[in-house]
Amino acid sequence: MSFDTLVFYLLAALTVFAALRVITARNPVHAALFLVLAFFSTAGIWMLLEAEFLAITLVLVYVGAVMVLFLFVVMMLDINLVQLREGFWRWFPFGVVLAAIMVFEMVWVLGSRQTVETGAQVAKHAADYSNTKELGRLIYTEYVYPFELAAVVLLVAIVAAIALSLRHRRDSKSQDVAKQVAVRREDRVRIVSVPSGKKAGPGIED
Amino acid sequence: MSFLSTLFPAYAEIFLLVMVSAILIVDLFLTNPNKTVTYALVQLTLLGCSMITVSTHQHGVVYLFHNMFVDDLMSDVLKMLSYLSVSMMLVYSRNYLMVRGLFTGEFMALTLFALLGMMVMISASHFLTLYLGLELLSLSLYAMVALQRDSAIATEAAMKYFILGALASGLLLYGMSMFYGATGTLEVAAVSDAITHGVPNKALLVFGLVFVVSGLAFKLGAVPFHMWVPDVYHGAPTAMTMLIGTAPKLAAFAFVMRILVEGLQPLMVHWSGMLVILAVLSIAVGNITAIAQTNLKRMLAYSTISHMGFLLLGVLSGGIDGYGAAMFYAAVYVLMSLGGFGMIMLLSREGFEADTLNDYKGLNQRSPWLAFVMLLLMFSMAGVPPMVGFYAKFSVLSAVVNAGHIPLAVIAVLFSLIGAFYYLRIVKLMYFDAPESHVPISIQPDSGLLISMNGLAVLALGIMPGTFMSVCAVAVQQSLLLH
Repeated sequence: MSFDTLVFYLLAALTVFAALRVITARNPVHAALFLVLAFFSTAGIWMLLEAEFLAITLVLVYVGAVMVLFLFVVMMLDINLVQLREGFWRWFPFGVVLAAIMVFEMVWVLGSRQTVETGAQVAKHAADYSNTKELGRLIYTEYVYPFELAAVVLLVAIVAAIALSLRHRRDSKSQDVAKQVAVRREDRVRIVSVPSGKKAGPGIED
Repeated sequence: MSFLSTLFPAYAEIFLLVMVSAILIVDLFLTNPNKTVTYALVQLTLLGCSMITVSTHQHGVVYLFHNMFVDDLMSDVLKMLSYLSVSMMLVYSRNYLMVRGLFTGEFMALTLFALLGMMVMISASHFLTLYLGLELLSLSLYAMVALQRDSAIATEAAMKYFILGALASGLLLYGMSMFYGATGTLEVAAVSDAITHGVPNKALLVFGLVFVVSGLAFKLGAVPFHMWVPDVYHGAPTAMTMLIGTAPKLAAFAFVMRILVEGLQPLMVHWSGMLVILAVLSIAVGNITAIAQTNLKRMLAYSTISHMGFLLLGVLSGGIDGYGAAMFYAAVYVLMSLGGFGMIMLLSREGFEADTLNDYKGLNQRSPWLAFVMLLLMFSMAGVPPMVGFYAKFSVLSAVVNAGHIPLAVIAVLFSLIGAFYYLRIVKLMYFDAPESHVPISIQPDSGLLISMNGLAVLALGIMPGTFMSVCAVAVQQSLLLH
C-alpha cells in the first residue's frame, strides 16, 4: 500500500466517522462542529486528487464562513431537543429496514459485476502544475457560458430573497431623516384659538 | 464585431437576459400599481425574443460555447412555443394577480428568469448547462409559488416544492457525476460516443442512469415521484400553477430528449424499461385518482400526471414517430392546460377562487360561450375525436404500436377511457346542473378574447393537425440526425 492510499483511507475513515456523528450527535453545536471536521477531511481528499483550489475553497468558504454562520444560527435558535427526537424510536425499525434494503440492492447491483477498476482515468500532472491557474483559465474561456448562468442563478436568488422577505410594515417605527428635516412648523404645531372669558360650563359660577 | 457575431445563435438568450435586468431596474422607478409599463415591456421582450429566434434560425445543428449550447430546429420550435405560452399566461393572469396584489415587477422578472432557464435547458448540449438551466427555472418557480406570503397553503406548497425539487436535483446531479466518472466527459454527444466506442464501466453507467431517470421523473411529476404535483398545483396561486403546468413541460421534454435520447441512446434498452414502469403507473394512478378530486386544480394536477405518462410513452417508443409524437403531445398539453387554468382565473374574482367542481355547475346558464370553450377544452383533454387532444393521443399510441408494445397501448387506452369520466363530469355539471351562484361573470376583453382563441385553436388544430405534426417530426429528425 502506497503512502497516498494510506492517507486516503485515513481521511475517508475520518470523513465517514464525522458524517455519522453529524447525524447522531445529541447537541446541534457538536453536530455542526463534526460537519466542519467532515469538510476538513474531504478537503484533504481533494488535496490528494490534486484539486488544491477546491480544497482551499472548501476550508475557506464552508468551514470559515458558512459553518460559522450556521453555528450562530444554531446558537441563536432555541431548539427543543425533546420535540425533535419525538417519534425517533417509533420510526427507527422502519428506517433501518428501508436502509438495509437499499444497501442490499446497491451491493447486489454493483457487486455482481466487476466494478473495481472503473471508468475514465485522469492524467497525472507535474509538481509545478497549478490547479488554481488552470481553473481560472477554464472558467473564463471554455466554461464562460455556465459561469454566466451560475451568476444569473445567484441574481434570481437575490431577487427572490428580497421579494419574499421585504415587507413594508405600516406599524414599523423606522426613521425617515429626509422627512424629519423637511418638516415645517405648520405640520407639527396647530394653533387653536380657545375662546376666553366665557362660561366653561354650567354650574359653579353662582 | 467578429466576437459578437460568433454568439449569433444565442442572441435570443442574451437579449432576454439584458431585458430582464433592464426591467428589474426600470420597474423600481415606476409607481403605477397596475404595472402597465412593466407589463408592456415584458410582452415586447417576448415578441423581440421570438423575432430574434426566427431570424437567427440556421439550417442544421449549430454548436456554440465549446459544445455547451446547441441551436437546432427542435430548440427553435420549442422556444417559440415557450414564448407563446409565457405570453398567454401573462395575459390570463394579469387581472387575477392584480386584484390579489401579486402583479408586481418581481413576479414578471421571475417569470422571465424562468423562461431563460427553460431556453437554456432547451438549447443545452452539456450536462452542466442542462443542470444550470433546470436550477434557474426551478429556483424562479419556487420563489413565485411563495410570493403570496399571506396564504398558508401557498407557503406550504412552496416548501414542499422546494424540498422535493432540491432532492430531485440532488438525484440528477449524482447520476450525472456517475456518467462523468464512467466516460470522463460531460458533453452530451461525447458521452454517447464514449458509451458506443469505449465500452466503459457499464454497471456504473446503469447505476447513474437510475438516478438520472428518477430525477427526471421527479421533475416531470411521473408516478411514483408525483407526490408534490397535486399539493403544489393546489396550493400555488392559479397564475403560478399555470406557469408551472405549461411551458416548463416543453423544457422538460427537451431535457429528456437531450439526456436520454441524445446522450444515452446506447443505453436505450435500460432506460426504456424504466420509462415503461413510470408511464404505465402515471397513466393509471393519474387517471384513477383524478376521479376522486373535488377541486379542479387538483384534478388538473392528476390529469397532468397522466399526460406526462403519455409523453413518456412517446419517448420510449423511439424513432422519429415516437419522439415527434411526444413533442406534439407536449405542445398540445401546454395549449390545453393554458385554457384550463385560464378558465379558473377568468371565473375567479376578488376574494373568490373558482377552483371547486361545484363552481362550474350550470355555467351554461351564466355564460354559454365560456361553457362551450370549457367543453372544447375538456373534450380535448379527454381525447374526444374532433379535438387536438385526440390526435395527440392517437399519434403517441400509433408510435407505441409501431414499436411493438401492443399491451402498453391497450393499457393506455383503457385508462384514458377511465380518465374520460372526470373530464366529461365537468361538461355534465356545466350543462345539466343548476348554477349555485348567480354572480355575474365579468371578463377582461383581452383574456376573454384569448380564451376564445385558445378553445378554437384546440378545435382547429384537431381538424388540421397535419402541419404542426410534420413540423414536430421534421424538428426531431433534423435535431437528432435520425434517418
